Amino acid sequence: MSTLEDKLFDIVVEKTGLERERLSRDANIKDLEISSLDFVEIVFAVEEEFDIEIPYNANTMDSDFETLGDIIDAVRTEITKQQG
Amino acid sequence: MRRVAITGMGVISAIGHDADAFTRALDEGRGGLAPVEGLDDVPRGIPVVGQVRGFDAAARLGRDRLPMLDPFSQFGLAAANEAVAMAGLDIRADPALSQRTACIIGTGGAGICTLQDGFVRLFRDGRHRVNPFSVPRAMGNAACSHVTMVHGITGPSFAVTSACATANHAIGLGFHMVRGGTVDAAVVGGTDALVNFGNLKAWEALRVVARDTCRPFDKNRTGMVVGEGAGVFVLEPWEVAQARGATILAEMIGFGMSADAGDIVNPSVEGAARAVRACLDDAGLGLDDVDHINAHGTATTANDVAEARVIRSVFGDRAGAIPVTSTKSYTGHALGAAGGLELVAAIHAVRSGTIAPTLNVTELDPDCPLDVVVDERRVADVRTVVSNSFAFGGLNAVLAIRRAE
Repeated sequence: MSTLEDKLFDIVVEKTGLERERLSRDANIKDLEISSLDFVEIVFAVEEEFDIEIPYNANTMDSDFETLGDIIDAVRTEITKQQG
Repeated sequence: MRRVAITGMGVISAIGHDADAFTRALDEGRGGLAPVEGLDDVPRGIPVVGQVRGFDAAARLGRDRLPMLDPFSQFGLAAANEAVAMAGLDIRADPALSQRTACIIGTGGAGICTLQDGFVRLFRDGRHRVNPFSVPRAMGNAACSHVTMVHGITGPSFAVTSACATANHAIGLGFHMVRGGTVDAAVVGGTDALVNFGNLKAWEALRVVARDTCRPFDKNRTGMVVGEGAGVFVLEPWEVAQARGATILAEMIGFGMSADAGDIVNPSVEGAARAVRACLDDAGLGLDDVDHINAHGTATTANDVAEARVIRSVFGDRAGAIPVTSTKSYTGHALGAAGGLELVAAIHAVRSGTIAPTLNVTELDPDCPLDVVVDERRVADVRTVVSNSFAFGGLNAVLAIRRAE
């Protein structure tokens, strides 16, 4: 597991109280029953952790982020952009 | 109970700084959403706003008054001045009327611009003092108090706050006070000045702001657009207005309120529907009597679907036959002022017999099965309008007006 993934899962656990075992790249955000407000908090915590801005919109959340892997990819893309 | 006439209206908005300009923009289908102007820094994720641009506060209000006026008070006072002038009332000159006049001007953000300026000085610029009038500028009742001072209103006066439903609450309270005989006139409405860096950052942080623009009831909508402005009205007993020969813009006939007691941001269909029903009951309206609905219509995913369900749950089979529009596609979401801007649009609909189209709609959302007016303004025999405001915090306020006849 990459450090990035590890950190993201830490944040999800902290914000939602979900059991760590349930989290994986393929875990579906809807199945995990993460509410849209919890998700806003998660994204904010991720942005603070990595000092990036993720283009996340609660209105289009369902189409933009289906799995935790989608978030990890979005974070990686933004970090790369920032380093580039 | 007395009938209540609306005899004056005033408005400041992204589509005009008076009622004439505002209604002309509606007639022409000309929206006011555009990129932020005049800020040193624009937050990412805020492509457009419903900003009040080119407002000449000194010309409208007098230079001497400005040091005490946060922009939210400037907007509110300018709109109130227009409304009172339109009504043809000189409240100060009639002490008996003055004491029997209410002034209720609500706001959501109050003096947020003044607070931000102070914080920038203290925490960014390392200065040690803030504007000496920070307290009287920023307080939530400032706009209301300035309206009372300028017009000599000495009756019941206060501000109300309920986020996006603020103006409807203020207007509805004044309506009930005039109708029930507590007062003989009311100057009522809402005001908010929200286009500043800190406030835009706060809205962006909530992740509900549109990626492109405000597209109410559109399948591809991506959220709301922050707006600002003020809408203020003069209400009087019908007979009094008629006797003095005032032009009656419309009759105010109903006001309903409710609380969801549910979620702080997600709307409840049941809670909002109760407010609509309460308004119809208050007005004595049957389901067949409503010719047009000015929607809350914020263009967030959550609101528009919920509002469609509200309308369907209240009006049943008739829901699809009632033309619906969202003024926020022109002005953005002016929060505490929104209900005021939308009441101007509703009054214009009954007076002109036309309904301004909802802008920026490319494909209606099948999950919002309503007769949304799009593309061009619709000519319709609009006698009765219901105007919805459903606020964050689950506080709902709905108004109903009827054509003056």
